[in-house]
Amino acid sequence: MSECVNFHFDIDGDNFTSAGEASVRIKKHLRDMGFSPETIRRVSVAMYEGEINMVIHADGGSADVNVYVDRIEIILADSGPGISNIELAMQEGYSTAPDNIRSLGFGAGMGLPNMKRYTDSMKIESEVGKGTTIYMTVNV
Amino acid sequence: MKIRTILELLDAKVLCGEDKLDGAVHSACGCDMMCDVLAFVKEQAVLVTGLCNPQVVRTAVMMDMRCIVFVRGKMPPADVIALADDAGLVVLATNERMYTACGKLYANGLAGGEVINE
Ligand SMILES: Nc1ncnc2c1ncn2[C@@H]1O[C@H](COP(=O)(O)OP(=O)(O)OP(=O)(O)O)[C@@H](O)[C@H]1O
Ligand SMILES: [Mg+2]
Repeated sequence: MSECVNFHFDIDGDNFTSAGEASVRIKKHLRDMGFSPETIRRVSVAMYEGEINMVIHADGGSADVNVYVDRIEIILADSGPGISNIELAMQEGYSTAPDNIRSLGFGAGMGLPNMKRYTDSMKIESEVGKGTTIYMTVNV
Repeated sequence: MKIRTILELLDAKVLCGEDKLDGAVHSACGCDMMCDVLAFVKEQAVLVTGLCNPQVVRTAVMMDMRCIVFVRGKMPPADVIALADDAGLVVLATNERMYTACGKLYANGLAGGEVINE
């Protein structure tokens, strides 16, 4: 079970247009590797929400996806402003996104709750002024 | 319902995926908030929306949807259409407004879709 395939992506923080490209690529990789549509959807939606968050809240970062035989890990790391109250941020509807983000279809405060719902485990480490790292696992 | 029927009901234009109009779809969702679309897995194959950015296409891809309908006469930029074409989606554009477009599709048998996972 120790065998692992890693995919690494740098997420450009200045470019909302390209946000989500890494998740689309992961979706293709997982399909090529023969995972079930449900597993693929859970991984790619959770990663997509996280990727969008890094672009709109944290000026970009990096994404690593580690594929094991029995599970898929997603690690999203940024050096953005951090999240001061994680419990509050996890609530559905809580968002600090500005209006211009809302007019693009995001900022409903659903991203983090969606990520939790789609994954089997999720851990947020965040320090204000330093950044945020989110670990998610989807069991296969 | 065939995608071709959506085209006719909404008097829409095909922007890409002309070859897939005979594909059948069973449910749709009308939404301008992408995170709402992503919130629950429903077997929804059609996304009716007034937004025209690339994230609309990526959201549809993430949810394994088959067709995007842009309402209110909105024309997505060429790169958005290209992205959808690449992903194998059918893209339609109609002058109808969101409420009317959804109403017509629903009245003709396109359901809202059941939530599969909670
Ligand atoms: N990587 C991050 N860095 C800093 N703050 C973040 C980060 N991710 C989330 N947040 C904070 O947590 C809040 C809630 O995030 P969540 O993804 O649930 O909602 P949202 O991004 O505001 O809207 P939506 O995801 O529905 O588009 C955000 O508004 C933001 O304040
Ligand atoms: Mg978010």
